[in-house]
Amino acid sequence: MTIFIPTPLRLYAGGQDAVEVNAATVAEALEALTQAHPDLRKHLFTSEGKLRAFVNLYLNDEDVRYLPDKEAAPVSSADTLSIIPSIAGGR
Amino acid sequence: MTTIAEPASLPELTTDDLSRYSRHLILPEVGMEGQQKLKAAKVLCVGTGGLGSPLALYLTAAGIGTLGLVDFDVVDASNLQRQIIHSTKDIGRKKLDSAEEKLLALNPAIHIVKHDTMLSSANALDIIKDYDIVADGTDNFPTRYLVNDACVLLGKPNAYGSIFRFEGQASVFATETGPCYRCLYPEPPPPGLVPSCAEGGVLGILPGLVGVIQATEVIKLILGKGESLIGRLLLVDALNMRFRELKLRKNPECPVCGEHPTVTKLIDYQQFCGFAPETAEEKTVKNGIPQITVKELKRRIDAGEDAYLIDVREPYEFQIAQIGGKLIPQNDVPNRLAEIDRDREVIVHCRSGARSQRIAEFLKQAGYPRVVNLAGGILAWSDEIDPSVQKY
Repeated sequence: MTIFIPTPLRLYAGGQDAVEVNAATVAEALEALTQAHPDLRKHLFTSEGKLRAFVNLYLNDEDVRYLPDKEAAPVSSADTLSIIPSIAGGR
Repeated sequence: MTTIAEPASLPELTTDDLSRYSRHLILPEVGMEGQQKLKAAKVLCVGTGGLGSPLALYLTAAGIGTLGLVDFDVVDASNLQRQIIHSTKDIGRKKLDSAEEKLLALNPAIHIVKHDTMLSSANALDIIKDYDIVADGTDNFPTRYLVNDACVLLGKPNAYGSIFRFEGQASVFATETGPCYRCLYPEPPPPGLVPSCAEGGVLGILPGLVGVIQATEVIKLILGKGESLIGRLLLVDALNMRFRELKLRKNPECPVCGEHPTVTKLIDYQQFCGFAPETAEEKTVKNGIPQITVKELKRRIDAGEDAYLIDVREPYEFQIAQIGGKLIPQNDVPNRLAEIDRDREVIVHCRSGARSQRIAEFLKQAGYPRVVNLAGGILAWSDEIDPSVQKY
């Protein structure tokens, strides 16, 4: 599946805007992503391994928080996972 | 679709109005009544910068009756790459005055209300209550949460837009049935994790794209036509020119717009976003890192004392301005520790002193016994020591 990396985090993913991973669930996809790009881990997860509250994850156009299985939701190779960060610029 | 409360009677259109807005009047979705609604509407633009410029210009052109502007800033040369309401001659002038002049030149019939202040918990409700819709064109997390909460508490829709580098977001928050900003982002990121436009840069055109989307949403809310961005987050990627949208849901547990709100009045948003006011001690030692002023650094250099500088900016910044020191961009520091002498006091510096503080903390953790941060960075050096050093 494709994981879209937002601009503020591309620095920690070798500058890539999208990363392809093989995974069966959202959680596995994130694990594969942070295995490949360890610098991303602290930006996505707390030290206890929980997803940070200001990081929004979307499986296709649905918020993972509202999926019945949440991060255990199954994924297929055609799915996309988007990491949506808070951005505040405007001036 | 959600519309704003309509006034009891709509204002008449003048002969001038009829000719000025003729292309609106012949659109069935606007027509006479729609144009009268626009004339009756009161919209508040928070910020007259990157997003606020196109917002205010298009809303004025469209015939919004009353446009409020909130800003406290003055025009700087570095604004002109994107803040198209301001001109070169306006450098140094209050943004409010500069914006008012352009807007009245475009449409003299519009009523401009200038709020020459920084929006705060003390004044936000009082300012926003007189408007129908808010368009948030601010540039920092505390103000984003402040605008959101004030809009939810007052029941005013918020046409939201934000930008970073090549990426933008837009939505409509705080309508009666739709989600609010906190439903999407319950908590702000810790300070320093997400760089500001001043640190990260922004494509000048991007606020134009996103601000015009906000203005479109404002107009649609007033007209009560079309499908608004309520419950949708529009993502703009200008570099690849892709627009995507995500579903947003109203969070029943949202602390401000949920079923059992815990935020029922405005709070301290600086504190909420992790920005504690700088204490007297932090001026000398911050998070265990001694702070050196630019004046002290200058004294040391002049006195021939040890002044071992590490510059943690990016190479393209180094090309713009330098005050000396070895360039090791912040993200390269972990891999290039061998190049930083452990036996000397390391003075870390950057543009403003924010990145260098983080790297100084990192070096201390990595076992460097003496690490200090140059408070205020190159900007302070340019202000206080050598104005010939280019600010950016």
